[in-house]
Amino acid sequence: MGLLEIHNLHVRVADHEILKGIDLTVDSGQVHSIMGPNGSGKSTLAQVLAGRETFAVTEGEVLYDGRNLLELDPEVRACEGLFMAFQYPVEIPGVTTSYFLKSALNSLRKYRGRPELDAMDFLKLAREKLKLVDMDERLLNRSINEGFSGGEKKRNEIFQLAVLEPRLAILDETDSGLDIDALKIVARGVNQMRSPQRAFLVITHYQRLLNYIVPDFVHVMVDGRLVLSGGKEIALELEEKGYSWLEKEPAGATA
Amino acid sequence: MTTTTLDKPVERYLAAFETFERQRRGRDAFLAPIRKAAVARLAGLGFPTTRHEDWRFTNIAPLTRMQFAPANPGTQGVRVRDLTPYLFGDAGILRLVFVNGRFAAELSELHDVPAGLAVGSLAEALEKSPQVLEPHLARYVTYQDSVFAALNTAFLEDGAYVHVPRGRIVERPIHLLFVSTAAEQPTVSHPRNLIVAEEGSQVTLVESYVGLGQTTRGTAAPGCAYFTNPVTELIAGAGAVVDHCKVQRELESAFHFATLRVHTLRSATLASHSIALGGALVRNDVHAVLEGEGCDVDLNGLFVTAGSQHVDNFLRVEHVGVNCNSREFYKGILDGRSHGVFTGRIKVHKGAQKTDAKQTNRNLLLSAEAQVDTKPQLEIFADDVKCTHGATIGQLDADALFYLRVRGINLAAARSLLIYAFAGESMDQVKLLPLRTRLHELVVERLPQGELLRELV
Repeated sequence: MGLLEIHNLHVRVADHEILKGIDLTVDSGQVHSIMGPNGSGKSTLAQVLAGRETFAVTEGEVLYDGRNLLELDPEVRACEGLFMAFQYPVEIPGVTTSYFLKSALNSLRKYRGRPELDAMDFLKLAREKLKLVDMDERLLNRSINEGFSGGEKKRNEIFQLAVLEPRLAILDETDSGLDIDALKIVARGVNQMRSPQRAFLVITHYQRLLNYIVPDFVHVMVDGRLVLSGGKEIALELEEKGYSWLEKEPAGATA
Repeated sequence: MTTTTLDKPVERYLAAFETFERQRRGRDAFLAPIRKAAVARLAGLGFPTTRHEDWRFTNIAPLTRMQFAPANPGTQGVRVRDLTPYLFGDAGILRLVFVNGRFAAELSELHDVPAGLAVGSLAEALEKSPQVLEPHLARYVTYQDSVFAALNTAFLEDGAYVHVPRGRIVERPIHLLFVSTAAEQPTVSHPRNLIVAEEGSQVTLVESYVGLGQTTRGTAAPGCAYFTNPVTELIAGAGAVVDHCKVQRELESAFHFATLRVHTLRSATLASHSIALGGALVRNDVHAVLEGEGCDVDLNGLFVTAGSQHVDNFLRVEHVGVNCNSREFYKGILDGRSHGVFTGRIKVHKGAQKTDAKQTNRNLLLSAEAQVDTKPQLEIFADDVKCTHGATIGQLDADALFYLRVRGINLAAARSLLIYAFAGESMDQVKLLPLRTRLHELVVERLPQGELLRELV
């Protein structure tokens, strides 16, 4: 039984079908990448896994640890160890990062029957994790993402990942809008979090990130379907040829 | 002439005034003709209906239908310990307590008053030194066009008189605490406050209006309606720095119709905050005139309503002097079937060049039945001005809610957090730290699942 099993997933928004039968299995310890052209449905998959209610699942199922993931509220999925790094992290003025992240962490700890951290212990933990993404402690007292540059927002997502220690981390185009230095910091943070108890689903448009976060498996999504699956060499092939050769390829091809 | 039902309330007040005037005979000096003029305006104006432009969204029939007796004299069994939930900070604060509009020395804290500072009962000042009040009392508030200001001016008896002498910096905040005790029948009080900050002075004031449902001696009747009709005239002299905060925590059965008239002279800086949490039917009339050049006026407000509360904030800012800045920043959080109204009128007079006026009204609706009406009105007669205004009415940001939930914070806690953040922006503008902390606590108490946010305060 995989950590995450997606069977024949169909998803629509309004009257438009975005995912047209996705099958995917991810086991602990693995790093999977999903690549694809814009509009292919990659982000939709991420958001559906995280629990965004604007999408309707019309067919198929998603099992997480053998449980039906789709019937769980987003906060319960998080408590069960699912994490999503947002493509566009939202700014929330008036709520400090430290209060927010401490609440989130304690929510997860409480769910697992573990004692909650007080402010001091949380600060100690946060300091450790901030080092992973080269961020300053002052960010803790600022409102969530307020006034952050694109790179800072993405690093903040990885910082939160490091604090919450998920079992399945979904990175939704974490590399978009990043310069090479920020990209390296993000990748380093992710690589330091790799472990046999953790799986990553790295969604990306460009191959560049995968030079630094080397995946075990690469899947290509085109028009709501996974049309190609294989090893990391697929990423290099896409870098060379682009996506257009796949957009005409029948579904289910493997390298 | 046929009398309509709307004339009856005016007639009642006119009859009550006759009795009142007789009682006051000989005690009023300069005030007597002013009272007469005010009561004439009361009769001339009559109480407004929703056909009146400035009252379009606020129906005051529940108020005018009711007959109010003058509030009971004396402290009505209120003890100092009954006041604890309404205090903030520590012993350093100068405190004037009024019960049903009348000064209660035994509940007040007035030791070691800084030399030269006049702080005490207006009634006492009227009696002992009317000549000091005469240049200011009722010289600013435009009771000619406001029936509630006219009502207060006709019937005023007591309230706070604060006069800060030239150049004096008053470090200790001054708390004016108005306590109403509901009786067995509906009662009305007309607290009247006069605050003068002379040239170059600095002062911090808090004006609280609270309803006591229960006193130590248990003489109150919490379900009974009462009507608080305060008027505050606040004058900031040249270069004065005034920080003023009005906190309204009336009972659910209360009518609260307040007038704040602010007047600033050259280079004065004034911040006036208004936090409205209670009352059934509430109207705040804030009228600021920036007369001198280079004034800076900040009007910051927050109201939190639920059930069937109605809160109407009516702001008028007049730019007369050149180079003045004004900012109106009002927020509303509405739940249940409550109704909020915001009117922001900015008038820039002909000579008021280089005016910089900004008005923002943001409202958060927490339920499908809550409602808000917001209306900016700009009258600009000068040609070199900057005037911006904006209003939003919305619900909690779905993206922000989702973000919090994806991190493991449950829906109820996420909602409370976002509502608190919305309110926090207003409260954080209150500079007086112990008051700001208390306000945070009060808002948290009012929120659904507020207990989840305890440690934020």
